[in-house]
Amino acid sequence: MIGTQLPALQVVVPLLAAPLCLALHRPFATWALTLTASALSMLVSILLLGQVLAQGVIDYAFGGWAAPFGIAYRVDLANAYVLLIVTTISTVVTIFARRSVASEVEAHNQGLFYTAWLLCLTGLLGITITGDAFNLFVFLEISSLSSYVLIAMGTERKALTAAYQYLIMGTIGATFILIGIGLLYMLTGTLNMLDMAHRLITVADSRTARTGFAFLTVGLGLKIALFPLHLWLPNAYAHAPSAVSAFLAATATKVAVYVLLRFVFSVFGVDFALGTMPLALGLAVLGTIAVLSASTVAIFQHNLKRMLAYSSVAQVGYLALGVSLATPAGLTATLLHLFNHALMKGTLFLALGCIAWRLGSVRLGDLKGLGYRMPWTMGVFVLGGLSLIGLPLTAGFISKWYLVLAALERGWWPVILVIIAGSLLAVIYIWRVIETAYLSKTNKTAGAGEAPLSMLLPAWLLAIANLYFGMHTGLSAGIATQAAAALFGIQP
Amino acid sequence: MSDPLLLVLIVLTPLIGAILVIITGRWPNLREAVSLATGAILVTEVALLAPAVLAGETPGVLLAIPVPGVPLALQLEPLGLLFALIASTLWIVTTIYAIGYMRGHGESHQTRFYAFFAIAISATMGVALAQNLFTLFLFYELLTVSTYPLVTHAGTDEARRGGRVYLGILMGTSMGFLLLAVIWTWQLTGTTGFKAGGILAGQASPLIIGILYALFAFGIGKAALMPFHRWLPAAMVAPTPVSALLHAVAVVKAGVFAILKITVYVFGIDLLADNRASSLILWVAAITIIGASLVALNQDNLKRRLAYSTISQLSYVVLGAVLANAAGITGAAVHIATHAVGKITLFFCAGAILVAAHKTRVSELDGLGRQMPVTMGAFLIASLSIAGLPPMAGLWGKWYLAIGAFDAGYGVLVGILMLSTLLNLAYLLPIPLRAFFANAPQRDTQLKEAPLPCLIGIGLTTTACVVLFFFPGPIYRLASMLVL
Repeated sequence: MIGTQLPALQVVVPLLAAPLCLALHRPFATWALTLTASALSMLVSILLLGQVLAQGVIDYAFGGWAAPFGIAYRVDLANAYVLLIVTTISTVVTIFARRSVASEVEAHNQGLFYTAWLLCLTGLLGITITGDAFNLFVFLEISSLSSYVLIAMGTERKALTAAYQYLIMGTIGATFILIGIGLLYMLTGTLNMLDMAHRLITVADSRTARTGFAFLTVGLGLKIALFPLHLWLPNAYAHAPSAVSAFLAATATKVAVYVLLRFVFSVFGVDFALGTMPLALGLAVLGTIAVLSASTVAIFQHNLKRMLAYSSVAQVGYLALGVSLATPAGLTATLLHLFNHALMKGTLFLALGCIAWRLGSVRLGDLKGLGYRMPWTMGVFVLGGLSLIGLPLTAGFISKWYLVLAALERGWWPVILVIIAGSLLAVIYIWRVIETAYLSKTNKTAGAGEAPLSMLLPAWLLAIANLYFGMHTGLSAGIATQAAAALFGIQP
Repeated sequence: MSDPLLLVLIVLTPLIGAILVIITGRWPNLREAVSLATGAILVTEVALLAPAVLAGETPGVLLAIPVPGVPLALQLEPLGLLFALIASTLWIVTTIYAIGYMRGHGESHQTRFYAFFAIAISATMGVALAQNLFTLFLFYELLTVSTYPLVTHAGTDEARRGGRVYLGILMGTSMGFLLLAVIWTWQLTGTTGFKAGGILAGQASPLIIGILYALFAFGIGKAALMPFHRWLPAAMVAPTPVSALLHAVAVVKAGVFAILKITVYVFGIDLLADNRASSLILWVAAITIIGASLVALNQDNLKRRLAYSTISQLSYVVLGAVLANAAGITGAAVHIATHAVGKITLFFCAGAILVAAHKTRVSELDGLGRQMPVTMGAFLIASLSIAGLPPMAGLWGKWYLAIGAFDAGYGVLVGILMLSTLLNLAYLLPIPLRAFFANAPQRDTQLKEAPLPCLIGIGLTTTACVVLFFFPGPIYRLASMLVL
């Protein structure tokens, strides 16, 4: 019985928990509620993925109003997979958040913090699951507004500027997306994405369709933080509370990439989006610049959260490169990297969260000799870092393997060189940290111990997941391959 | 015990040993006993598999399949057996030596040292046993990462700089060229498995074969082909046992072993012998042989001089591989073994001199032979072996390489090998000769030989240098199985 209502539950559970949080207000109670809601969402997404694998695409008419008039939710492999990434990361990071948030956010704000957290989760899940273009925009706004709040709760006053900057940029992006959707609505008379796709076939060759497409991709480019629209991201990640950095870095840009894929492959169609429109070329060029420039900038950062933020911009470049190849193999690589990058960035940001909890700083200079004072935390960082570099046995290696293979298949040698250069730059910026932590003499006598177990355990969980998914790729690469084939309309 | 289980155990045993070393870290004697016991078990495990390999079998085991069609798998073939035997046996000897060295020299963080040493051996075993290119790449990278803490052991600024060069070159080449070559091979052939006769024949144009071979040869930075050789002198900042086992045997030999294995089992010697494009590597190897020897002549730091000597000698193996005929491949495999015992002896001696006399420069060694006769005597014997003069083991490798060069029609390479022998003598022999015959500026009467464990280590490897001249049979047998 309840099995048929899963798509609704996916969004409703965190959405209802959010106001409850506000009512409870006490830090521990709100945290426990957030964890419960998050874990339930994860359970729902696991069941959904199981259903999709067993029965194929699920169509769900919200409130019993049939599409195209009612709001339709449509779950296929691609978004079931993204839902699982978002809910899992949210659950793991929520476990971590209790002590971390307690030290970074004032007690009277913690109830609000978890409310915003749940709303952000709701928004991200809604964007992913919905099959309705306007509904997508609404959820996009929910997630964006709540993430501005979350970022503004950072410890330093700079967090306010960062949140404000993101607010302005994010609003411009959202406006572009809204204009794009509006133009498409004007052209097709429908907001249901499946319906829109059917009607677009006949009218795609019009200036309106092309303009709508352009507005959508630019707006989404802002949300994805695709170079050169990434300027909001480094500040936002650097000044947000540690748990928020980890959560957003692992999920928010991923969901935006998913939306881009959804519009490119399911609404406009590959031929229009990557053939008629010059999106493939744009993504290839911008992706290349993103990988090279952001990785280089990351090398010169002293604030490690900012360093990882720039690394995220670079990783978005890989995602863009995968799409630009316009082949099932390239799309597989992108989807796979969505998953793996969520794992490795989550791991690294949680490690930094542990460091921030103990030292109150994540500046490189304060990490001298930390490898001996916080061995378990630095162990997490090293594992996450190796995965980011892409050493074999880690998830990052699998991503790189698929991406290089896809580029090789197309014979795109410059892309291969970019991927290689990107991982070598990653070696440099990760190794700076490792060198400082293990090979520099401790400059302070202040003996820092380990972070509490409730923070270390989730961090290690993600670190070990990096290793597990470097060995067993049935879940990650297996589903990514199937989902990519489905998006390309290839019957298995 | 079944063969697949043994294969897994060969890789796992040193890892378990590393964990036990950490656990027993507080009791140094127990900790070193654990290291030695692990080494003994490891050698036994490798030896237990030898009869099957000599009988022509290739026992294998599949561990996991991370990417469909690209398994993580182990398989033991003759060359791998040879390499695994050398590395595991010399690990025991090095551990004995290290006990004397690390305590005599008062090194800190000894538990970390022994633990990472064991992990590095595990990675070496993985390289030796790799069934396919992916598995090889995996353990190759693990070897780089696990030796980094050993190179930077001292924790000084110099160690940091050395570590940067070490990691930068080894990871740069492996990620830039080797991984690309592996994926490219997989894309061309649909497999990464090592197969007798090679997998690339008929799959690509001669030019692509040549480019791929160059990618492999330069991508395996551990083989130290010029211009990617600088990491090896940089790694000399490590404690001497590391330089001895890892940077004269395990790590560098893992590099040339990988090149040899890829030559035989990925390209196939028939394919390569017909390929003119790959002969570029032949000349790179020849230039490295002579160039590194010339640089070695001018090095005053003893360990750096030995490092450049190693660079030169490694290219012998590459040379034999690229010659791609029976004698060349055999010579390359034999040279892996004979150079290992010779060079490890030289490093042991350098370490003994450092511990006993606190001297690191060649110019400071005048007259030292009278106080340290055992060490300097061993140095002399090993030097002759490196140069390839009878009655030392080093002769055999050069012998077959020279035959291989003639067979391939490269008479000039024989000349290069001879010139290299002269250069070897020129930069190695003066060290023991000056130690015995030159007069010391001032006589230090307190000076005596290094601690007993160091001398035991030196004695064992020096003996091997001589014994392997008279009984090279087992090595030759394994080596010749490669080109049946």
